[in-house]
Amino acid sequence: MITGAKAMVKGLKEQGVDIMFGYPGATICPFYDELAKDGTIRHILVRQEQNAGHMASGYARKSGRVGVCVVTSGPGATNLITGIATAYMDSIPIVAITGQVATDMLGRDVFQEVDITGACAPFVKHSYLVKDARELPRIMREAFHIASTGRPGPVLIDVPSDVQNQQFEYKDPGEVNIRGYKPSITGNMKQIKKVAAEIQVAKKPLICAGGGVFSSGAQDLIKKLSDKGKIPVVTTMMGLGAIPTSDPMNMGMIGQFGHKTANYALNHTDLLVLIGARVGDRAVTAPDRVEEQSRTIHIDIDPAEIGKNMTPTVPLVGDVRHILEKLLEFDIETDSGEWSQELQQLASEERNKVSAKREQTIGPRNFMHALSAQLDDDAYVVADVGQNQIWAGKYIEVKKGRFLTSGGLGTMGYSLPAGAGVKFADRDRQTVVVCGDGSFQMTMNELSTIAENDLNLKVVLFNNRKLGMVNEIQKKAYSEGPFAVSMPDTPDFCKLADAFGIRCRRLSDENQMEDAIREMLSHDGPFLLECVVDPDESTMLQ
Amino acid sequence: MKQIISVLTENQAGALNKITGLFARRAFNIESLAVGVTEDKSISRITMIVDSGNNAVEQIEKQLNKLVPVIKVRRFDDSEVIGKELAMIKVAANSKNRGEIKNLADIMDARITDISAATMTVEISESPDKIDLFEEMMRPYGIQEVARTGIVALQKGSSSIG
Repeated sequence: MITGAKAMVKGLKEQGVDIMFGYPGATICPFYDELAKDGTIRHILVRQEQNAGHMASGYARKSGRVGVCVVTSGPGATNLITGIATAYMDSIPIVAITGQVATDMLGRDVFQEVDITGACAPFVKHSYLVKDARELPRIMREAFHIASTGRPGPVLIDVPSDVQNQQFEYKDPGEVNIRGYKPSITGNMKQIKKVAAEIQVAKKPLICAGGGVFSSGAQDLIKKLSDKGKIPVVTTMMGLGAIPTSDPMNMGMIGQFGHKTANYALNHTDLLVLIGARVGDRAVTAPDRVEEQSRTIHIDIDPAEIGKNMTPTVPLVGDVRHILEKLLEFDIETDSGEWSQELQQLASEERNKVSAKREQTIGPRNFMHALSAQLDDDAYVVADVGQNQIWAGKYIEVKKGRFLTSGGLGTMGYSLPAGAGVKFADRDRQTVVVCGDGSFQMTMNELSTIAENDLNLKVVLFNNRKLGMVNEIQKKAYSEGPFAVSMPDTPDFCKLADAFGIRCRRLSDENQMEDAIREMLSHDGPFLLECVVDPDESTMLQ
Repeated sequence: MKQIISVLTENQAGALNKITGLFARRAFNIESLAVGVTEDKSISRITMIVDSGNNAVEQIEKQLNKLVPVIKVRRFDDSEVIGKELAMIKVAANSKNRGEIKNLADIMDARITDISAATMTVEISESPDKIDLFEEMMRPYGIQEVARTGIVALQKGSSSIG
């Protein structure tokens, strides 16, 4: 006989889980007791439950494995909601475990009870409310399978405390077989042929790579497709780094806040090949126009993404890697010399622009260039949300590393815990968090977790003492202008870092920039680099 | 355009909630909904009528397919299926007009299932438009209560969705 809690730990170990992020509470205590008894799974205590979700997300994105987080019922579970929704919007595989009040108390509004499976229904890939511990072995296996296959996403397992304590005879549940869940991985050969035919005759073809390229691990194939077909590439924000920033065929990031050249390409292509991109409104502001002006191919593992925001000429459902491997067997060389030359010219002009050096404040673009020059080739950059996200996305140079951000939900405060998650997956990987004073203050309590675990995480904080992006929107579009965005009393961040035992430097002169970046990157341990930014600095700098 | 959506789903707690939640989130109205188990007790069949543009219904179909408990989804228009609904209509009746009501019921293949001094309850199993018609015919007598099940439908001929 084993208990439900033990079956949960067994289920995690079976999946090779060796680290999880969480915050205990009364209803999840039976599980924690079993975790302590077992002793093989490392538990990272976060400082607020939302961050357990973000850390699991950062961990998943670096390791390619399912990130696991665990919290208690009620407020623990509701705090985690934003972490789950963030992972859902960016298709990140996580398994979230929540404690729940005992089954005979369900629905009676007892202490710390909340219907968390109901609350999360719109933004989980799947959820379970476990009523009988005998189902746990199967559910644990299914949850990891669902989270990590097809289009990845979060799976929630809500386990009442009495189910965790329930004794039962363990039986191996066998291989996962869910009749309603069979994602299509391989693309339809007829459709792939059609795609090849479309590419062959295109004069102005354009690849648009999204986050799905990373989910599928197909970065190398994007480069191959671009090279073989002589096809220029743009990316969405989630697709940044799908091919290196400096690749001559990379025209940059599309969208409202993207590169001019990339948007020019999007508005003039005659064949748009969308790969693992969902045509979100921030990336493609006018899908109808793109539809009219060009033929479109949409490759995605999720059939529901195809035709949702744009109706493609050729839909192609399947895993990006599988499909591109087959597509590359065809003769797809295009006659796009003139088109790609024109774009390359524009892109290099755009890339080589520099701003004059300043002495009182730090120019975000200059800073990003200086940072890129010193980063390891395989560094991870985790950007938050707001102006900092745009500056980092647009001006950081991604080589062999990754650029991570909350692209879909746009969750402020994501970067610090997600960056920590990356570090937990790979302690030696150079990882830099980029955030603003607004987003930093949302989750800065995790400095405590970072210090406790001595994570060598670098944090760049752009401080303009306001919510810069909202400020910008209000100035542009609202009659009363900026309102409720100023934070004149932000703390002395270096003193704050000091309180956590974290080294800090405040930077306001661009002449000191190289030196400050060097100090940050070479310091052995966490480091906060506060950059003083002009309060009127905009994301619209050209 | 009105379309019938048939969904085969795992017969488990929460499945119906997940399905109807999808409609609510996309601000879609369900005109009628009927749920019941199938020949396989572990599977329920949900039959819905929705009235929306073709693209919107196609998107709903895809979203339904994404739900893990959903096993199969098919869309039909009226001509492809046999669709029936059960309605019970409680109508005011007295000794003078009972005969008339009985006559109308006979014409429509409806049955009198209950009777009291002041009412008659008529049961009819038909397509929704015929039920509407019958309801209209009963209205002059004074309808007191109507209960309708929502349509259930199967494909015509030998084909099946399972």
